[in-house]
Amino acid sequence: MHHSSLGQPMPAPGTSRRTLLRGIGGAAALGAGIPLLGACGGGSGGTAADPKTVTLGSNASDAVPKKAFAEIYAAFAKKSGVKVDVNTKDHNTFQEQINSYLQGTPDDVFHWFAGYRMQFFAAKGLATPIDDVWKTIGGNFPEAMKALSKGEDGKYYFVPLYTYPWALFYRKSVFQEKGYEVPTTWDQFVTLCKQMKKDGLVPIAFGDKDAWPALGTFDQINFRTNGYDFHVELMAGKASWTDAKVRKAFDHWTEILPYHQEGAVGRTWQDAAQTLVSKKAGMYLLGTFVGQQFTNQADLEDLDFFAFPEIDPAYGQDTVEAPTDGYMLSKSPKNHEGAVKLLEFLGTPEAEEIYLKADPNVVAASTKADTSSYTPLQKKAYEMISGAQHLTQYMDRDSRPDFTSTVMQPALQKFIRDPKGVDSLLSSIERQKKTIFAS
Amino acid sequence: MNPMSTTDTSTQSPEAAAVPSPGSARARSARKAGQGHRRLLTRRDRLTLGLMAGLPTILHVALVWVTALASIALAFTTWDGIGFDAIKWVGLHNFTELFTNNPQFWPAVEHNVIWFVALILVPTPLGLFLAVQLDKKIRFSRAYQTAFFLPVVVSFAVIGFVWQLVYNPDTGLINSLIGANEPGRYIDWIGDPDLNLWAVLIAASWRHTGYMMILYLAGLKSVDPSLREASALDGANEWQTFRNVIFPTLRPTNTIVLVVTIIEALRAFDLVFVFNKGAEGTELLSILVTNNIIGESSRIGYGSAIAVVLLVISLVVIIPYLVATFRKERRA
Repeated sequence: MHHSSLGQPMPAPGTSRRTLLRGIGGAAALGAGIPLLGACGGGSGGTAADPKTVTLGSNASDAVPKKAFAEIYAAFAKKSGVKVDVNTKDHNTFQEQINSYLQGTPDDVFHWFAGYRMQFFAAKGLATPIDDVWKTIGGNFPEAMKALSKGEDGKYYFVPLYTYPWALFYRKSVFQEKGYEVPTTWDQFVTLCKQMKKDGLVPIAFGDKDAWPALGTFDQINFRTNGYDFHVELMAGKASWTDAKVRKAFDHWTEILPYHQEGAVGRTWQDAAQTLVSKKAGMYLLGTFVGQQFTNQADLEDLDFFAFPEIDPAYGQDTVEAPTDGYMLSKSPKNHEGAVKLLEFLGTPEAEEIYLKADPNVVAASTKADTSSYTPLQKKAYEMISGAQHLTQYMDRDSRPDFTSTVMQPALQKFIRDPKGVDSLLSSIERQKKTIFAS
Repeated sequence: MNPMSTTDTSTQSPEAAAVPSPGSARARSARKAGQGHRRLLTRRDRLTLGLMAGLPTILHVALVWVTALASIALAFTTWDGIGFDAIKWVGLHNFTELFTNNPQFWPAVEHNVIWFVALILVPTPLGLFLAVQLDKKIRFSRAYQTAFFLPVVVSFAVIGFVWQLVYNPDTGLINSLIGANEPGRYIDWIGDPDLNLWAVLIAASWRHTGYMMILYLAGLKSVDPSLREASALDGANEWQTFRNVIFPTLRPTNTIVLVVTIIEALRAFDLVFVFNKGAEGTELLSILVTNNIIGESSRIGYGSAIAVVLLVISLVVIIPYLVATFRKERRA
């Protein structure tokens, strides 16, 4: 199993048994050693809680964030005297094993995402409500963040740490040179695309090989066309995909599809980003993490973004897609008191500022965090998010992951290639959605 | 099954194996050996034997049979993998859903079949051809052999990664060479459903050719040289010798090749998963199983139903083969 602790000493038998049980849990999730799973739950009671240690499951396997998180926990240990024992797993592995991980003997606190994906585990009873934590940290966060941190039952389950917006990225120098202006309405946007194409640019860079980037394009077009409320209903499986409103969103997409980079299904988002780096593309719809691809400092300073243009004046640009990462408390934490203290610390601007020093592509979830050290891009992102009336989390976080990965990802890849088949595609999505959401 | 009973049955198994079909000399000697063996068995031997036979049996039953049967049972349920009370019996619903509503299912079946047919039609004859050439003891035969076999040693995941670099639409080898990486002239080897299956099959064939070559080379080495001599004396040319003398003696090898190729076609997964995750045009049953089962809030029942379809296909292919093999053994 991908079990690597940061080197904190820990009673050896406990470690090995936990690791073993976790492995068994993983096997059971695959429909394997079914009778063994029961043993998993029973096994957790044995280890006596150490009041001076809180365990934490982390998906931050990349070097930079891993170090940044370690600094947060060091600061917490200094302040409270409680040590954080981190169990880091590979990012994707963590996500794929989350089911069995949370059912086995999870760490006290674990990394997770806001939105449906958080509410799902809360509703399954795999997380502990943390209303007590929010009594302390509530003042640090804007209303939109508070809403994101609640489960379906209205209780708090989540402490957000950082967030980042999705937007249309462009090169300032390119816009200046060609005399383009940032479009705020749909008509201006389409005109700009046409002009860019005439000027020999790829208007919108696009790479959908990993199948998730197209979900982001749909999100933007849908909540601009039909508003936040309808978007949420659609994601929750309540609204129908055969609704005329959805069709209208796809019509808008069809209109700008010819201005997207060709051969998108075979291209990774990194390769698509490179066309923006090399100034061959005019715009690129992505999260601020696109900045990672701008390794040259001068290029990075030339990077800017604007919100997806307004489609229906009734909704304007009121919704921002801002995936938020943070922490949850597992179902029966061994050191509940220490875990609450940790979560309270994680909800402070102090903890967020430590993290942001290491990762300049995101912004703090708290409005109290110090923004003076932000780069211009971070400042803009911060303003965009704090000015939003609604925040969405991205389709695969706002809806059932099984629906988005097995139905929406292939369907949107198909749409990109063959926009004419949209009607049969939408009815196929609706049929599959019904089965998945019924289960 | 408790460990005691396993021990018992397995200690008896040498005896059971030794029960002879009367008359055959081989069986009689086996019985003698069996009886001699039994007298020598101490308590400790029995225990050792029991452990040696019992442990693998338990592991086999637990890891193969229990899991396979559990997977079949789960195919008739829906389950998100969280808690056993969440398992709901739905009868054949998963299957009707799969056959009628899943836009990826039938293409996946079709692609698995195409995979098999393509492997039989291209790399298998090619491997045979290479094996025949290498069997002629030409110079540097060993070096060629190594070169052709090397792709078989490399894992499919690595092959997928390497070929994905070759096919990359913007920076890949092919598009860069033929100048198809400009807007308006794109050839999307990875994303275009009319192309990507063939692109992947070239990569798969590249590996399969080496595999087939080694199998046929081993088969050719066992061909009695006097057969060639005799056919040469009869005045047969090279092609006639091959067609009428050598190829018929390769029959056992052909059977192995057929089985290996069927297995390769059914278990095809890693190459495509790395190549483009089974996007439209390259859907495979194994990838559908993975996409539905692995990951958060998994559809374990539905994924199991796909796995059962895959199992049934394997059985349909393997059972006739096993029946034929056993019948042959009994005759011999």
